[in-house]
Amino acid sequence: MLYREAGDFKTSYSDDSQTFPIAFDRYRYYAVIAVAVLIIPFVVNDYWANAVLVPFLIWGIAAIGLNILTGYCGQVSLGTGGFMAVGAYACYKLMTGFPEVSILIHIVLAGGITAMVGVLFGLPSLRIKGFYLAVATLAAQFFLVWLFNKVSWFYNYSASGQISAPERTVFGIAVTGPNTEAWAKYMVCLVFLVALAWIARNLTRGSLGRSWMAIRDMDIAAEIIGVNPLRAKLTAFAVSSFFVGIAGALFFAVYLGAVEVTEAFGIQKSFLALFMIIIGGLGSIFGSLAGAAFMVLLPVLLKNVLVGGMGWDTSLATHFEFLIVGGLIVFFLIVEPHGLARLWELAKEKLRLWPFPH
Amino acid sequence: MKTLLATTLAGICAAGVAAADLVIPDLSYRTGPYAAGGIPFSDGYQDYFALLNARDGGIGGVPIRLIECETGYNTEKGVECYEATKGEGALVYQPLSTGITYQLIPKVTADGIPLHTMGYGRTSAANGKVFSNVFNYPANYWDAASVAVNYLMDKNGGSLEGKKVALLYHNSAYGKEPIRTLEELSEKHGYELTTLAVDHPGQEQKSQWLQIRRERPDYVVMWGWGVMNQVALQEAANIRFPMENFIGNWWAGAEHDVTPAGDAANGYKALNMNRVVSDLPVFAEIQEHVHDAGNAAGDGSNLGSVLYTRGMYAAFLAAEAIKTAQGIHGVAEITPAMMRDGMEALSITADVMNAAGVPQIGPEFSVSCEAHGGAGQALVQQWNASAGAWEPLTDFLDSDQAVIQPLVMADSEAFAAENNIAARCDD
Repeated sequence: MLYREAGDFKTSYSDDSQTFPIAFDRYRYYAVIAVAVLIIPFVVNDYWANAVLVPFLIWGIAAIGLNILTGYCGQVSLGTGGFMAVGAYACYKLMTGFPEVSILIHIVLAGGITAMVGVLFGLPSLRIKGFYLAVATLAAQFFLVWLFNKVSWFYNYSASGQISAPERTVFGIAVTGPNTEAWAKYMVCLVFLVALAWIARNLTRGSLGRSWMAIRDMDIAAEIIGVNPLRAKLTAFAVSSFFVGIAGALFFAVYLGAVEVTEAFGIQKSFLALFMIIIGGLGSIFGSLAGAAFMVLLPVLLKNVLVGGMGWDTSLATHFEFLIVGGLIVFFLIVEPHGLARLWELAKEKLRLWPFPH
Repeated sequence: MKTLLATTLAGICAAGVAAADLVIPDLSYRTGPYAAGGIPFSDGYQDYFALLNARDGGIGGVPIRLIECETGYNTEKGVECYEATKGEGALVYQPLSTGITYQLIPKVTADGIPLHTMGYGRTSAANGKVFSNVFNYPANYWDAASVAVNYLMDKNGGSLEGKKVALLYHNSAYGKEPIRTLEELSEKHGYELTTLAVDHPGQEQKSQWLQIRRERPDYVVMWGWGVMNQVALQEAANIRFPMENFIGNWWAGAEHDVTPAGDAANGYKALNMNRVVSDLPVFAEIQEHVHDAGNAAGDGSNLGSVLYTRGMYAAFLAAEAIKTAQGIHGVAEITPAMMRDGMEALSITADVMNAAGVPQIGPEFSVSCEAHGGAGQALVQQWNASAGAWEPLTDFLDSDQAVIQPLVMADSEAFAAENNIAARCDD
């Protein structure tokens, strides 16, 4: 009834090609942004920010980044953790090397440095595909983590190899360091996520995104019709790594405040990001966010329900957490192999016909 | 989301009404690759508080409410646990993880909650002038490294000149901590130091032991935790490395570390910051008041083991600090800020230990505003495989403060400069 194109007339091409062509969708999107910007910052507390919202927003950025590479361009990557580490260590070196420059600039620069590293490790993708490329990016994962653990310059020669974020401010408000207010942490991550998701959305429906998708769907055919595989693949690696690098920088500077590379950016982080986009939906911005929400929020939710709500023993609850999350992953992939984004699409299709389905 | 919101709100509301307890969070890990060490420690920690509740009705008449939160030795879960429990009035955090400790040091300082990292965490936190809310008594990693070297010197007639010592360490903040001290000491005492990193979780050590077999160091010192210890013992047995020349630190010296290697582990040595006495009076009381009443933490099978004893020792130190804080401020229901004062004024004497039923469990020490590090002593114990018990070889040995103190100062002052912390305690 509400959710349909009928009656929603477009009078210009830009109206016709907008991201949310259906009025109801558009208003829902504005409502989500309004709640996120105007309500949540005023009610969020430390627990919600540090345990729920900030990790979700940061993993959302990382998942969008990986989705550009894997979902849109078809290049499987297992190097996400390593690239996040590049973003984190670049941010740390910039923060401690140039304390007078704004942290926001450092975070963007950290993304840029990661993009360069990503292109470097993306070069093999011109010759190898599929599983073989996955193994090559796996090498990047191990190499980068080893590098940041081995070379003490990266952690400023500290005795323990830990890096910790000093306090930095934006407009006089601390956004890193221990005195950061919950809402400030949240807002920084939110601004980055919204801006990056907007960029990703517009890149993927422009000519660059189309060339990525052409490479993904059939690289030889794409090359014949004039898509340059070198340019398409390397830009995908660059843009993807840029996103992942920013996620890594935020993960270190804003979320955790102190990290140790093997623990924070190990291979399990690469798998986590890959699970997010597979469960959320390959080739979908919404899917990236849904997958990030699923993988980040579900364990916290289960913990609160099992331990807090039902009073279970903590170790039993943890074991059950693995069981339930694993079971749900299998369930969702059997019900809808194309992920949560596809379920969402189907729901919208049904909603269009409601209340009079054929 | 709604359920999550509801449970969290319920949690917050519950915290509002239940302020009349002494809240002790226990960030434990009973799952994951380090659970073998996390379980007995947490059992001991919880059982001691359960004993105080059952026998004395808490501390100073106020019951203790223990909140357990599973971290899995994972920093993100550690942060989640910290945020979930700090609003309940948590008095002291003991995360039993160096990684989580580094996360929490700035956070607890900002929130005004004390952090007790007993023999782990950031060594330079011993300097109370910089780290107001962090305590690492009774001893720290650099003390451990120094005690190990002193012990080896004793064995070699007072000199390690020309000897080769290999450090086999967990490739993390935890394992890297002793390197700087061991390097300083190698310059002072003239031994040759080789460092061998083992990556998390530590199951793969073939190449490291191959190197040990090739280079034939006189001694191997190990900074291991979790499954790494068991694998190292097995590998040492495989290359027939003499066990009496293999010394673990205090996190590499529990029963579960040595039993998988069987008789081959006989003679392996480890440091310890507390004595392991199987017939401590407190164990009988825990058995009577806690275990027999059916309130044992975990499955109740760890009573008296090395890490159980250490967890209980940690709880004992926390309970004494609570008593001290109650004495200083004259109120029974103390706040985290009062707890911090109590920890800073803590004095553990033989009488205190006797009164609590833990005679001679640890060294006598006292804490002050400047010194948060305690006595800095450790003993050396040896595994007797046929008896299935750790036997102490020495009494508590002193560490070389002439080397450690400048290192602590240098590292803590660098931290203070990086974070604009003004030195305390000068008035």
